[in-house]
Amino acid sequence: MRLKDISTPVPKKDHKDKVSGQLPYISDVKVDNMVYGVLYRSPIAYGKIKSIYVPTLPEGYDVVGAEDIPGPNYVKIIKQDQPIFANEWVNYIGEPILMLVGKDLNTLYGLRDKVKVEFEEHQPIYTLDEAIDQISSASFVSYEFGKGLDIISAIEQDAHQIVEEEYTTGYQEHVYLEPQGMLAVYKDDEIVVHGSMQALYYIKNALLSALACGDDEVRVVQSPTGGGFGGKEEFPSMMACHVAIAANAVKKSVMLVFDRHEDMVVTTKRHPAKFKYRTALDKEGNILSMCVDVFLDGGANEGLSSVVLQRSLLNSAGVYNIPHFHAKGHVLKTNTVPNGAFRGFGAPQSFAGIESHMGHLSKYAQLDPLEYKRKYLVKQGDPTITKGNFRDPILMEEMIEDLLDASDYNKKKEEFQRFNQQNLRYKKGIGTSVFLHGCGFTGSGERDHIKATVKLVKSKDGKVLLKISNSDMGQGIYTTLSKIVAKELDLPLEQVSYPDPDTKEVPDSGPTVASRTTMIVGKLLERAAKKLKAEWKSGEEQEVFEHYVHREMIPWDEKTFTGDAYPAYSWGVNFVEVEVDTLTGIVKLEKVYGNYEVGKAIDDRIMKGQIDGGLAQGLAYGYLEKMTTKQGKIQQKSISDYGPPTSLDVVPIESKLFDNPYADGPSGAKGAGELTLIGGAPAVQSAIEDALQTSFQQIPVTAEVIMESLERKLVNRVD
Amino acid sequence: METDAPPTARLLDLIREEFGLIGTKEGCGEGECGACSIFVNNSLQNSCLIPIGAIAGAEIQTIEGLMETEQFKILDESYSECGGVQCGYCIPGMVMASAALLSENPNPTDAEIREGISGNLCRCTGYNMIVDAVELAAKKGEVVCQKK
Ligand code: FES
Ligand code: FES
Repeated sequence: MRLKDISTPVPKKDHKDKVSGQLPYISDVKVDNMVYGVLYRSPIAYGKIKSIYVPTLPEGYDVVGAEDIPGPNYVKIIKQDQPIFANEWVNYIGEPILMLVGKDLNTLYGLRDKVKVEFEEHQPIYTLDEAIDQISSASFVSYEFGKGLDIISAIEQDAHQIVEEEYTTGYQEHVYLEPQGMLAVYKDDEIVVHGSMQALYYIKNALLSALACGDDEVRVVQSPTGGGFGGKEEFPSMMACHVAIAANAVKKSVMLVFDRHEDMVVTTKRHPAKFKYRTALDKEGNILSMCVDVFLDGGANEGLSSVVLQRSLLNSAGVYNIPHFHAKGHVLKTNTVPNGAFRGFGAPQSFAGIESHMGHLSKYAQLDPLEYKRKYLVKQGDPTITKGNFRDPILMEEMIEDLLDASDYNKKKEEFQRFNQQNLRYKKGIGTSVFLHGCGFTGSGERDHIKATVKLVKSKDGKVLLKISNSDMGQGIYTTLSKIVAKELDLPLEQVSYPDPDTKEVPDSGPTVASRTTMIVGKLLERAAKKLKAEWKSGEEQEVFEHYVHREMIPWDEKTFTGDAYPAYSWGVNFVEVEVDTLTGIVKLEKVYGNYEVGKAIDDRIMKGQIDGGLAQGLAYGYLEKMTTKQGKIQQKSISDYGPPTSLDVVPIESKLFDNPYADGPSGAKGAGELTLIGGAPAVQSAIEDALQTSFQQIPVTAEVIMESLERKLVNRVD
Repeated sequence: METDAPPTARLLDLIREEFGLIGTKEGCGEGECGACSIFVNNSLQNSCLIPIGAIAGAEIQTIEGLMETEQFKILDESYSECGGVQCGYCIPGMVMASAALLSENPNPTDAEIREGISGNLCRCTGYNMIVDAVELAAKKGEVVCQKK
């Protein structure tokens, strides 16, 4: 099939094997001489290990721990603060201490029950609030930027009023349907790690450090990955270290697969957050200044949290041009499971917060929330909050107008008001969110840290292979990136293929994160294809490489938090209609709309899949999915305890794409995968607020939260 | 099929480990996700919840068996045309649930489809494109039936 318009949908390359279930995910794989691993994990939240007792192990069973690590005992990532096997201090419940390996899982569970570790317990920090109280010792990292506080305090003195709000967001759990799994295949001259993953070279680098071995002694191969959403960005590095160290120690292949329970309680999650807003208004409710404090619960170690905080802060003013804006943020340590990457990476928290705050401020101006927000929308040429620039055209006004029409917004508002007056039990509401997503790594990450390289290999018979380290985890890059190359080479799509990446074969084109794959890697592939086309020699094998070139704009400076934080932005608008049952607090989605601008979609159908799936996660983050800890322990241990949406919770989504081709993206494409999640929670919150004519200072707005708020209202009325 | 496995062994493990059929997936092991859906005497069940002792003599069909049928072909095409497959982990279970629904109710409404697949969790798609796929399969099925 030859491609005309890149956006025209094509059948997905991996469809057949997936629909028949014959694609082997890691848990479907068996190799010779394979044993299983089970981890013994810390039962306490904070303390020092005094002694470890391991029962006598039967023949063929082994214990693997810190002594077996050839290299330093940490999982190499940004900060070196996560031990591979804790051997001195434990910092959270579930932290791995040692691994038992052997043939039979039930025997391993039985043996694990007999392991005894003695601790000297210390006082843990269980909650974000406790950490905020001890901020000087609990802060991992902080940033501050924006207008000087002296100027702001002068403005506040003359202001008509100051509005202060606190806002909290909860955990979010990925619930990728395939639990985490990793297999280290032991060979005489190398260890090959296979598994479910998003970032091959993160894992490879972690293994080179942990095994203290040469580059050719370890290899990482991505298995088909049953969903990632960020959950398989940094976490798999630790599992890969576990299986590779064990394989190295026992000279057998070692498989570690989590069951759902283990996956839910020990893997990274979206950072819970707290926001403090302080906004000065004039008499008409216009914003004079705004200060935002962001607090992220990092959990027990820093991991990627500093970068997550950067994105939170960069999005702390939403899509608005706010006069005199100041922001400060901290990641705080708590003795809970470490938090990490999750689709949106700090942005969903910030957007939930700022959209909520702006909605509440609109009341002071006696304006409809959306009308109020529109007054502050950024326009092309406006500065960003870090003194960068929105240099490309922005279509937000058009996208909003279109949805006002499509949803019949004004009429709906009146209709719902009437409905709500006539109905005691059910209340209807409509809410909106406006948002953006900075595409690619924050700041100079691409240039300084990733330095992506892509490779195309052409065979004698004119077939072209993509050699890159990016993972298809369901988002469809096997298809979309192949399309980009096929289009540029003017080849039928069938002649271009993209095998499962293997670090022995592929250069480091970076991790599959940050909505960078289509835009950054796709562009490199497009350029490589162009080069190959120019050099094309029939009947010969050929290879071409392309390397990332940084387009310098306003240079990013992480210390002062100034400059262009992102090369480009994708944009979105959501409208959501709900019906709330005031007897039970249950929220029913009635209609969901989304308009998006992602430059140019590489495949409209795959893009729709991103919209539907991302929005389902984003909406649920706002009202359905709830995860909590009690004394350092995750309370939701099964999928239904946690409550991700089923087919009965979602409704058809009316979505539309607005083309706005981006010069540095392949065929004009920008990032898309994370954007789609961001608008869900704030839109559903504002719809519930509209229905109940109240305001919430938190997500998720669960049935429980709604009932409490209704009871408070009732008490106030009686008083 | 015969097995020496103890009667308390999970049917899911028997299918995967002993028979080596990998199309039946484990997503939760607790009856909550539907990734392990199979037919036991033509009724849709979660194989992770079934001890093999409870199904002696029953007829079991997994996705590998369904794959041979005309119904599967139609579902396969429809899922492809509607973009119902992302990571694929839920998909064999979804296809089993779709087949179960269409066998009982060849012309389901949108609400009936949502009900029919509500025991199957999908974290990638937000379900709508799967619902579309089932609807399309129903239409295609009608054509097939008429042809016959
Ligand atoms: S694995 Fe059986 S229902 Fe989830
Ligand atoms: S396609 Fe990934 S869980 Fe359904």
